[in-house]
Amino acid sequence: MAGGHKHAAQANHHESPKMYINGYILSLVLTVAAFWLVLAHVMSTTPLVITILALATLQIFVQLFFFMHVKEGEGPNYHGMALILGAIFIITIVFGSIWIMSFNAQVQ
Amino acid sequence: MSMTVNEVVSRFGDRRLHDDHDHDQEGMKILGFWIFLVSDCLLFASLFATFLVLRTHIAGGPSGKELFEMPGVTAETFALLTSSFTSGLAVMEMRRGNVKRLIGWLIVTALLGLVFVGLEIDEFVKMVSEGATIQHSAFLSAFFTLVGTHGCHVTLGLFWMTAIMFQLARYGINAVTQRKVFIACLYWHFLDVVWVFLFTVVYLMGVM
Repeated sequence: MAGGHKHAAQANHHESPKMYINGYILSLVLTVAAFWLVLAHVMSTTPLVITILALATLQIFVQLFFFMHVKEGEGPNYHGMALILGAIFIITIVFGSIWIMSFNAQVQ
Repeated sequence: MSMTVNEVVSRFGDRRLHDDHDHDQEGMKILGFWIFLVSDCLLFASLFATFLVLRTHIAGGPSGKELFEMPGVTAETFALLTSSFTSGLAVMEMRRGNVKRLIGWLIVTALLGLVFVGLEIDEFVKMVSEGATIQHSAFLSAFFTLVGTHGCHVTLGLFWMTAIMFQLARYGINAVTQRKVFIACLYWHFLDVVWVFLFTVVYLMGVM
């Protein structure tokens, strides 16, 4: 009985540790790169902030595609739609707050 | 007497329908968890926005640059990144049907999570003992709320993972435990992503 359900959470692709190891190495490289950029002061503040935020954003994709199996599952890509909607909300909340508060500082 | 062909077909058909139904339900539960993760993203986005707006309001108290000790934070980061990897290996062993290795990797993951929480508590205790309490400045209120919320999530994950380990030991790998492990590991990877942003926005940008 349980055997019939075995495919519940799995896709048909072959599982190998290689993908997980690649994902792990990538996440370490991205973290060390951000850490080194900050400690070595190779850039001025604004490009440095943009670069380390870009490295952190790449980490999201490493986790999503190497570990979280975001592409798995049948039918319409509801995971993807939920994630894109979430991303729009997050960008609005974070950048909206920063933008509106910087305006407030100018008024004062 | 005996069943007609139609009865057999309809019974067989019904059972297949039933199986598909269960299969769909497990898939729906995983999708439901993705939607929960998106809602949790909104919680963290709000806390990040609050922190970014308040980070310069130190009220004459200590700033991040004076408070943060990078060796501890770096150790926390590597513990969590490694635990994300080991929870991935746990899912891989689950799909291979190896319960012992699955539980083994979950134990490694939970221990790394425990190291992370331990280091964070140590950091908080040190900060508070230096007088940098949550009520000291807007910066510290935002800091403790943001980092503390993530720490609570990790702690909850530890209890959750431990409970699943007991279920795995008792019931083995079936459709239900499989879905539970998969969802707990999704949660764990999500916490790793949130930490990467905490590390970047709070600590790296803080010591710049």
